[in-house]
Amino acid sequence: MSLLDIKNLSVAFGPFMAVDGVNLSIDTGEVAAVVGESGSGKSVAMLAVMGLLPWTAKVTADTMQFDGADLLGLSPGARRRIVGKDMAMIFQEPMTSLNPCFTVGFQIKEALKTHLGLSAKERQTRAVELLDQVGIPEPEQRLKAFPHQLSGGMNQRVMIAMAISCNPRVLVADEPTTALDVTIQAQILDLLLDLQKQKGMAMVLITHDMGVVAETAETVNVQYAGEQVETGAVDDIFSTPRHPYTAALLDALPERRQGRRLNAIPGVVPGPYDQMHGCQFQPRCRYAQDRCQHERPPFAGGVRCFYPRESAS
Amino acid sequence: MFRFLIYKLALLIPTFLGVTVVAFGFIRMIPGDPIELLAGERGIDPARHQELMVQFGYDLPIWQQYLTFLGKLLQGDLGTSIITRQSVVDEFFTLFPATVELSLCAILVALLVGLPAGIIAGVKRGSMFDHFVMGGALVGYSMPIFWSGLLLIMLFSGILGWTPVSGRISAMFFFEPVTGFMLIDSLLSGEEGAFKSAASHLILPTVMLSTIPLAVIARQTRSAILEVLGEDYIRTARAKGLTPLRVIGVHALRNALIPVVTTIGLQIGVLLAGAILTETIFSWPGIGKWMVHSISRRDYPAVQGGLLMIAAIVMMVNLLVDLLYGLINPRIRHTE
Amino acid sequence: MDSTSTTPAPPSPLQEFWAYFQENRGAVAGLYIIIAITVVAVFAHIVAPYSPTEQFRDHLLQPPAWQEGGSWQFVLGTDAVGRDMLSRIIYGARFSLFIGGVVVSISLVVGISLGLLAGFVRGPVETVIMRLMDIILAFPSLLLALVMVALLGPGLVNAMIAIALVLQPHFVRLTRAQVINERSRDYVIASRIAGAGPLRLMFITVLPNCMAPLIVQSTMSFSTAILDAAALGFLGMGAQPPTPEWGTMLAEAREFILSAWWVVSFPGIAILVTVLSFNLMGDGLRDALDPKLKRS
Repeated sequence: MSLLDIKNLSVAFGPFMAVDGVNLSIDTGEVAAVVGESGSGKSVAMLAVMGLLPWTAKVTADTMQFDGADLLGLSPGARRRIVGKDMAMIFQEPMTSLNPCFTVGFQIKEALKTHLGLSAKERQTRAVELLDQVGIPEPEQRLKAFPHQLSGGMNQRVMIAMAISCNPRVLVADEPTTALDVTIQAQILDLLLDLQKQKGMAMVLITHDMGVVAETAETVNVQYAGEQVETGAVDDIFSTPRHPYTAALLDALPERRQGRRLNAIPGVVPGPYDQMHGCQFQPRCRYAQDRCQHERPPFAGGVRCFYPRESAS
Repeated sequence: MFRFLIYKLALLIPTFLGVTVVAFGFIRMIPGDPIELLAGERGIDPARHQELMVQFGYDLPIWQQYLTFLGKLLQGDLGTSIITRQSVVDEFFTLFPATVELSLCAILVALLVGLPAGIIAGVKRGSMFDHFVMGGALVGYSMPIFWSGLLLIMLFSGILGWTPVSGRISAMFFFEPVTGFMLIDSLLSGEEGAFKSAASHLILPTVMLSTIPLAVIARQTRSAILEVLGEDYIRTARAKGLTPLRVIGVHALRNALIPVVTTIGLQIGVLLAGAILTETIFSWPGIGKWMVHSISRRDYPAVQGGLLMIAAIVMMVNLLVDLLYGLINPRIRHTE
Repeated sequence: MDSTSTTPAPPSPLQEFWAYFQENRGAVAGLYIIIAITVVAVFAHIVAPYSPTEQFRDHLLQPPAWQEGGSWQFVLGTDAVGRDMLSRIIYGARFSLFIGGVVVSISLVVGISLGLLAGFVRGPVETVIMRLMDIILAFPSLLLALVMVALLGPGLVNAMIAIALVLQPHFVRLTRAQVINERSRDYVIASRIAGAGPLRLMFITVLPNCMAPLIVQSTMSFSTAILDAAALGFLGMGAQPPTPEWGTMLAEAREFILSAWWVVSFPGIAILVTVLSFNLMGDGLRDALDPKLKRS
């Protein structure tokens, strides 16, 4: 049985479907990537699972289970015991994701106190340990620092420390490196993977960068305009992408450019007011047929397409 | 943090000098020369007039007069009241505690009611409570407070007879002032019913004076909370599994209070302006009423001195608020 | 063939503004009330049943029509010297709107000029202007206005000048802050390179883009001016009797709070409704003009 099992998750903001029919299933120790452009609903889906969406969001799913327990039916109190402890999340903007009024140490120890009930002395020791684990030098000093006194990379390490402080079984990382310098990005990713292996955590990595997916994940979910368009093992998808969007994404990688031009995908992602009746990707798809415009393809065999491509591009 | 303080202090000095110029220049700008004004309607014999001009130094060039004025000011001498013949400084500080007591009570009420109201309105945005609080606040600062004071008297003193109409304490009590604060002094005096009388005299003026600060604080707090609740770190706090009470009460509040502190500081000017009206209506023996009377009775040294003292107090309070702001805003307090 | 919906033409700025503004029902109500009050004030000589200064010696302190002792001849009753309350309140609207209008106009003209100067020229000029504003702000507003009126002599005109002075700093600071924000923008630099002189840069290039917060501030200052003028009138320093200014009327009514409630209540209600309407409209304007709140 999977650790985290999500089937047919949908999130609606009024008439607008931010997420429409997403499935995700992850086991202990597995790394899954969720990939897509801005507006694909990849963050919203995971925020819904964590219960972090505003009250205006309507979340529905056939199944949303963590370790056998149904997340949808949980009372808020019960949910708070899981979130932050067994299921943790880190976010994209480390500089604004930490409270500027409290020290880094306070914020880390808060998580320890809430979920593990450690004594003050134990919290101090553990906090120092955590900062050390995430590669921050002079951890005792750093605990007394405020977020605005640290760099972006350091803040992200602090966030990671906070997230793993209670030994979560699943860590959701929402574009953890996007806001960081290129040189730091690799360090943070390596750190995440190391921690993941050490602690045997499952990790859901949300990203828009196929390159990152190739280096980190075992399975990948491709999302477009709120819908899940393809899922599968990373090796399979990279060698034989079946959905035209996946193929186009891979084609757009710098490594696959032809001559001096990148293979950009023409057109734009549909916004809240331009949702299609048929396939969402149809206006930008090279292989679109008449049927794609009027009928919405069901998700079958790991891909949402009437005419999935079977051979390598 | 230190630099921040020095900077604020440095700004104060030219401003204070400017204030002294205004206070000094005020008498000079009235038609007629100061001796004529001091003599008032009695008129004065020209020879005596000339004598006094020299005696008081009014024949000296204006900048010299200003320096003399400044010199006296720094020694704590602000001249003598025409009406009461007392030192202006003495008169001011005799009456000042009454205004302070009233203002403190008013700001306390404004904070105790306004802060929670604003927080809850912000957290429960769009609810009936939110609309009620915001509507109430809007009416609160749209209302002329001297009118609401009159209405309060009409209702609570006139029709219901619950509260007294004027003064700080019933006339039947008499005791030596120790602190100048009637609430404290009445307790210290040990006289039966004194404290109750003092408190009941404070109620209506406090309600009247606290109206505008309360409304402003409630609105600003709500604004601040709404802005803070949209920040990323609130989402992080929720992602840690903290209770809503903690997320709002600790994480949100701490950040929301920072802009609210500035607002509170700005209210000092509002409070003093309001005190003028409140003390007039309730015959409260404070500096507001004193200023109005001095102005209407042409007691120019008193007006000049009072103006200066009040401005100095406003500036000091603003400095304290700036200090407080620097302390609670970690970006200013902890700059590496 | 294209299955995407055709986007309608984007609305003009005025249409967009009105759409946002309309959503706030309080603001719209405020606007209508202000229009109503303005109409009443302009046509006071037609609307009001009597002259505001005419004294009816046989009807001193008569209660309003619905109370015992009152009559429909004087709907809102009469005051201590027999003047019709309704007419006085109606004519009072003229004074309040006039005061607000004049004060805000003066404040805008002077405040914008000083603010533009401070924001553009910077250096010592800016320092002097801002320190002057600090000095004004060091005094509680009503106190300063009171002292100024004592200096110039009590009366409506002097009260307006005093209040305009006291409101200056808000406009100056606001304009200056906006100017500093805008002057580093590309379109300003482009204008300057194209050869625009300083006056043109200030008034034609930058100023129109700073107007939004200034409009909101003007509305709020309108209500502050009405309140301050009423306060001065109440203290005997503003409009002098028998002028039917609402604050002055309240000063005369003070002795009657226990005996003739109508002399106290109606002028106050008039002030409240007027100021409330301006504040409601101001709130609505601020929300509609605030770029951060734009939904699109």
